[in-house]
Formats: sequence, C-alpha cells, structure tokens
Amino acid sequence: MTTTILEIKGLAKSFNAHTVLHDIDLALQPGTTTAVVGSSGCGKTTLLRLIAGFESPDAGTITIDGRQVASPESAVAPHRRSVGYVAQDGALFPHLTVGQNIAYGLRGTTRGEMRTRVGELLETVSLDPSYASRRPHQLSGGQQQRVALARALARHPVLMLLDEPFSALDTGLRASTRKVVSGLLADAGVTTLLVTHDQEEALSIADQVAVMRDGRFTQVGRPQQVYREPVDRFTAEFLGDCISLPCTVASGVADCALGRIPVQGSAADGPTTLVLRPEQLVATVVSDSEHLDGVGTVIATEFLGHDVLLTIDPAGDAAPLIVRQHSLNPPPIDAKVRIEVVGTGIVLE
Amino acid sequence: MVAPPVTRPTAPVSRTDKAARPGPLVTATVAFLVAATLIPLGYVAWAAISIGWTRAYELVVRPRVGELLFNTVALVVITVPLCVVIGVGVAWLVERTDLPARGFWRPLFVAPLAVPAFVNSYAWVGVIPSLHGLWAGVLVTTLSYFPFMYLPVAATLRRLDPAVEESARALGSDSTGVFLRVVLPQLRLAILGGGLLIGVHLLAEFGAFAMVRFDTFTVAIFQQFQVTFDGAAGSMLAGVLVLLCLVLLVAEASARGHARFSRIGAGAPRAATPIRLGRNMLPAQAGLVALAVLALGVPVWTIMRWLWIGGADVWVLDDVATAFGQTVGLAAIAAVLTTVLAFPVAWVAVRSSGVLARVVEGANYVTSSLPGIVTALALVTVTIHAARPLYQSVALIVFAYMLLFMPRALVNVRAGLAQVPPSLEEASRSLGSSPTATFLRVTLRLTAPAAAAGASLVFVAVATELTATLLLAPTGTRTLSMRFWSFSSELDYAAAAPYALVLVVLAIPVTLVLFRQSTKVAAL
Repeated sequence: MTTTILEIKGLAKSFNAHTVLHDIDLALQPGTTTAVVGSSGCGKTTLLRLIAGFESPDAGTITIDGRQVASPESAVAPHRRSVGYVAQDGALFPHLTVGQNIAYGLRGTTRGEMRTRVGELLETVSLDPSYASRRPHQLSGGQQQRVALARALARHPVLMLLDEPFSALDTGLRASTRKVVSGLLADAGVTTLLVTHDQEEALSIADQVAVMRDGRFTQVGRPQQVYREPVDRFTAEFLGDCISLPCTVASGVADCALGRIPVQGSAADGPTTLVLRPEQLVATVVSDSEHLDGVGTVIATEFLGHDVLLTIDPAGDAAPLIVRQHSLNPPPIDAKVRIEVVGTGIVLE
Repeated sequence: MVAPPVTRPTAPVSRTDKAARPGPLVTATVAFLVAATLIPLGYVAWAAISIGWTRAYELVVRPRVGELLFNTVALVVITVPLCVVIGVGVAWLVERTDLPARGFWRPLFVAPLAVPAFVNSYAWVGVIPSLHGLWAGVLVTTLSYFPFMYLPVAATLRRLDPAVEESARALGSDSTGVFLRVVLPQLRLAILGGGLLIGVHLLAEFGAFAMVRFDTFTVAIFQQFQVTFDGAAGSMLAGVLVLLCLVLLVAEASARGHARFSRIGAGAPRAATPIRLGRNMLPAQAGLVALAVLALGVPVWTIMRWLWIGGADVWVLDDVATAFGQTVGLAAIAAVLTTVLAFPVAWVAVRSSGVLARVVEGANYVTSSLPGIVTALALVTVTIHAARPLYQSVALIVFAYMLLFMPRALVNVRAGLAQVPPSLEEASRSLGSSPTATFLRVTLRLTAPAAAAGASLVFVAVATELTATLLLAPTGTRTLSMRFWSFSSELDYAAAAPYALVLVVLAIPVTLVLFRQSTKVAAL
C-alpha cells in the first residue's frame, strides 16, 4: 500500500495569458479521500479537469496508478484514463433512462448481466432497483447525484473525481448525501479527489485536505492538522473563524489580554499576533467580588439557535472578543465573565 | 464582405480550448463549404472583370437598367413597410389583446407561408385577370411575406417581460405610450430581421412577378438567360442585383448596431395581462378576417375553383405522380445532405470561437441572402467552363439547393447543438467513449429533433423552389413547381391547379413546424 494512485508534479495551466494553476504538487494514497478546498475561481475545477483529461497542462505531469497520463508533450484521452468523473449537476444524459445512464460505460456484457449490474449499482448508492426505468428529470437533485456516482462507479475507476458534487443540493440534503457518498466510496475502497468551496464539507469528508488560493496550494495535510495548525493567515481564516490577539511571546508562551497561553510549535520571542479558534474560549459567569485575570463584560449576545455568539469587552484597552458557545443558559448582557482558553494558540504574522 | 450582425448571444467562451479544436475532417468539410459559398460572388466579380470596364459600364448605365432599378427599389420600399405594419399589428392583436379565439388566429397567420408566392400570384390573376405591374407585385408579395414579420415579432412579444411594461405604466405612460416607448424599441431586432428576410425574398422572387408582368432584376435576368444563355448583359444585371442585396445587408446591419436581446430565455416570464380592446374590438376582428380572406381565402378559393372547372380531366394522374415523386426525391436528397453538412459548420460555430467560426458565419450569411438566380447563373457558368459533365446533372442542382438553403438547416442544428451542455460530452468521455462514439451516442441523439426540423424546412424550400430549378434541372426533370409553371405560363390555369394544390398540401406540415418552433425557441 505504498504506491500512490495519483501523483501530480509541478502542474501549471493558463488560459489566455491568465495563469490558473501554478506549480501544483499532490499525491493521493490508495483508498483515501482528498478534498481540494478554495473559493470559487481559485483553479480547483481546472485541476480536476486536467486530471480527467478535458484539458492538457502547460507544464508538469500527472501520473495515475503508475501510468503517466498527461504532460505538456503528450496526453492520454479522457476515455482511456480509467478515471470516474462526477460533474457538479450530475450531467445525466437526458435522453436515456437511469438504467441506461448507468449502463453507458459498461462493455461486452449480455443484457441480463447488464440489468443485474445496474441493479447492484443502484443498491450501492441506496436507490431502489426500480429506479432503473425512470428518466433523470423524474429524480430529485440528490438522487441524480447518486445515479451519476453509480454511473461513474460502474467502470471500476482507480480514481474518482467529484466536482462540487453536493453544491447543487439544499442544506439538509447536502449533509445526508455527503454521508452516503463518503460511506460508499470508503466501502468500495475507491481513491477519491473532491473539490469544494465548503470548508466544513472538506474537513468532514476527507482524509487529506488541500487548501487552494489563486492557483497554489497553501497547505496540504490531515483535516485536524490544517485546521489546528494553519501555516498562514489565509488558510486559518478560510477554514474557520479566528480570534487574533496582540501578544508578546517569551520562551513558547504568549502573554496577551487573556493571560498566558502556550504557543504551538516554535515561535520567535517578541511582540506578535496570537490566533485562536472561537471554540477554544469558554466564558463562565463570575460574581462581582472576584477579580481575577481574564475577566470581561458581555456587551452583546447574538442567538443563533444551536450556538450563541457573545461579544465580550475584556478589561483594559484590548478590542472586544467574540466567543461562540452552546446556547443553553448564556450569560446575560452586562454579566461579568471569566474567559478561559483551552489548548494552545498559534502565532501567525 | 459584410460583417454578420450578432443575432444570438455568443456562446460562452469555452474553457476547453484544446479539446474544441476541430479535427482535419471537420476543417476540410467546413473549408469546402466556405469555398463553395463564395462561388456566386466570385462569378459576379469574374464576369465584371472579363467583360471589361467600358463594356460593363455600357451594360449597367442604360434606360432598361434604370427602369428595373426603379421597379425593384420601389417594390422593396413599399412592400417592406407594409409588411412591418401588418405583421406587427397582427402580432400585437393576437399576442397582447383580449381578442377572442387567439389560439385560432395564431397559427392561421403563419399559414400563408405554405402557399408559394408564385401560386399566390396565379390565384390573384385568376380573380382579377387584368392585374399587373408594381401594385400587383406589392399586393401579392405583401400577402405572401408578411408572416416573415409576424412570426419573429409575435415570438418576441411573447417573450417580453411584462414587468417592464408594468413599470412603464406605473411611471405614467398610457397604452399607446407603453407600446411606442417600451414595446416597439424591444421589437427592433425582430422587425429588422423580418424586414431583411422580406427584402431578400423580394429581390429573389421570380415566378410571382413574371405572372403579373412586373419586371424586377430577377425577372429580367431570367428572361435574358432564356434569350442569350450565358450573356454579358445577364451577368451585369446579376452584378447590380448583388449590389442591391449587399446594400440591404449593410442597411440592416448598421440599423441593428450593437443591440442585443435584453432578456434571454431564463425561464418563461409571467404572462402579460391582455389589453382590453373595448370599442376597437369589432374593427380589429374585421381587419383580421379581411387579411385572412386576402392572404389565404383567395389562393384556396382560386385553386378550388380551377379544380372544379377542370373537373376530372386535369388530374393526369401519371403526370402528377411523376412530378410528385421527382419533387419528393430531389427535396429529400437535398434536405438530408444539407442537414448532414450543416453539422460540421454548426459545430465550428458553436464550439470554437476562432477566426474560422466567424468566416463561416459571414460567408453563409452573405450567400444565403443572394437571390437564387445569381447562384444558379454562377453554377451554370462555372460548370460550362470548368466541369461540363456536371452541367444539368442532379448533383449540380442538389448542390445549388444546398447553397441556397443551408441556413435553414444551420440555424436549427446550431440551436440544437448549443443546447447540448459540454458536460454531457465530458461525462461520456470519462465513461470510456471515444470522441466519435460520444458524438453518435450523445450529441447526435440530443440534436436529432432540431436537425429534423431543419431538414423539413429545407425539404419544403426545395419542393417549392422555382427559379434555380428552371435554370439547373436536368433535361426531362418535371417537379411539381416546374409543371405548375409550364401550365400557368401557357395560361392553362385549370391544368396547373392540381400541382398548386399538391405543393400547398406538402408545405402545410412544415409550416406548422415553423409555428411551433417560434413559440418555443428564440432562434428564427
């Protein structure tokens, strides 16, 4: 299990003098799911299209399962790459039934075998085999997406590419479809590359997350790693809310308005900025008589259903802090609260 | 060469730059077709050069040409505005008012397109035998061609967003003000397009004018051809006609400017509230009935009358069957061939945005606007001088039909192709289908309805074509329109009637196709 399924080296692509991808390197281990996450227009879809073979690169190479499929000199045609591709809207053929759509890529089998295989594939994506005779337009968005996946799975691709597969679905459906799809891809042991603009989706579904900005990867790593230990401010802010505090670092500990907080990794001593995630802060109500470090006053609360956002004015000159916590019994406005910090912070310029 | 005005939204700039580069077969086919479309213009230029400047000048600057020029220009200048008034008026009444039975009127005013102009002319001569000259020509062609205005204007009216008109009402305009300040400007492109189509048809029409003894350039060229065959005089008349045609194209293109359709396709807008006609209801209905009687009643009644007078004798079944068979055969071959060849051209126009695509559009636009007689003359000359065995062959006449009617197939195939999302083709490629297999299994299958509509339009255009057929048909060819023409030229109106009837019946289903298309797609 040491070979990589997909290996990309130094990949670059431009359209009409506009460079879309710069020097991309990426490796996918067998059976894992990798998510490329970035805002729209950052080049992530172009990356997917290069791997699928719909575009050819200006520089760099793409190797799938040990076979080089693309370089500036030569390219293997899309239909010879054994790559599955699921487009944003599913791209089901409107003139074929669901069964015919799934059977589109199957070759050299009898009608009976074909029907059995289509039935199996429909069950794989949690759809009843009776759906085979329906037309794509009779299905909901989530069902269409699952049929598109079954169609791509039918050919046993070594690599599955998903282009924002859940973005066309509404919120509730998105979460459930995401669960179903990631579950069945894991069961099938298919190596998957997914692009999305939704960081929550990327963090929840993937074994490896690659954050993309303006055609470059800012960081590639495990979800926890990129979330907890972002290498730069863009990555930190793209993956979730951040709290930035001015601080002074001395021998691995940052001194800031919330007290002394251990810093992750190695940080040079001196004044800098400490970045924390809002869930690392916990505000608890204290009585007026207590006067300890890290006490502040709640100046606003915003009820969000599951959570509540507290705006807290810490003592001293520091700017107000936003603390997110569950919404049961939140501190009222004007309450004195003590802010505790859980875990370590990171220092980013 | 005239730059083609952009009538439809340009295809979104394709991401698939390399994948969309046409293969050698497609490029060769398209290059051949572009070269072929240049034959008529090339012929006119070659004729002017080979005749020599002084002789050409003598042939062009003479009283006969002045007379033809006056006739032709007067015809266009009177008929086109008449068609605008009738076409826009009828479309507005049918689409925007509380007129009863609108579902009945709507297709009825497309129906005149099923009656070829020369049959309409024959019908009017049957009713008023003394009919002749400019006003006869104006009468017949207005009644035959106003649907070319009615169809696009009605389609545009149906697509206009009523919210814009409601805003105008809220800003203080009355019904007339809304129509003049809001509706009419939005109809501009439809009116210009329809006007150009009518103008081009007027320049090209031969049969209808010959029947009422009204001499336009096309009529004169035809007569010249019968007298001197490949004469310098005929070529120079053709040259002037081509210039007139280019003037029309330039006028339309400059009037159109950079205007675009403002609201395209994004779902059907809410239906507009019909405007109450009130006291004007009766005059409006009377007007529509009168128009229907003049445009449809007269030809139907005349054909029926001649059939009644002729009785069973005029039905020479052998002859009608032969003519029918030959017409259907020729039309079917031309329709299939033209539609097949339209595919590579449409593909280039839709999927690539290079120079080739623009050259293809431009060449096609100009040639399709040239009168059939010019194309026919060009092909006669070219084959006589360069490819003698092709002269008066089936291959040549089919080729001529293809040059003349390619746009009818092209517009449809292109619209169909534009509606196939590239993502479907990509899905097919990633599922292991080669480009050819993908084209056959996905693209062709999804374009088939549009291609069928295009082929049926070409079919009827060929079946009712007269001018080029008379010039190019192999000896012994007897199509329905040729038989009709030879009988009616001998003033044997009764004997011509069965052929007229079969022609009209053949054209009716396709007219319905046209009507249904205009209610659905924007492209016309």
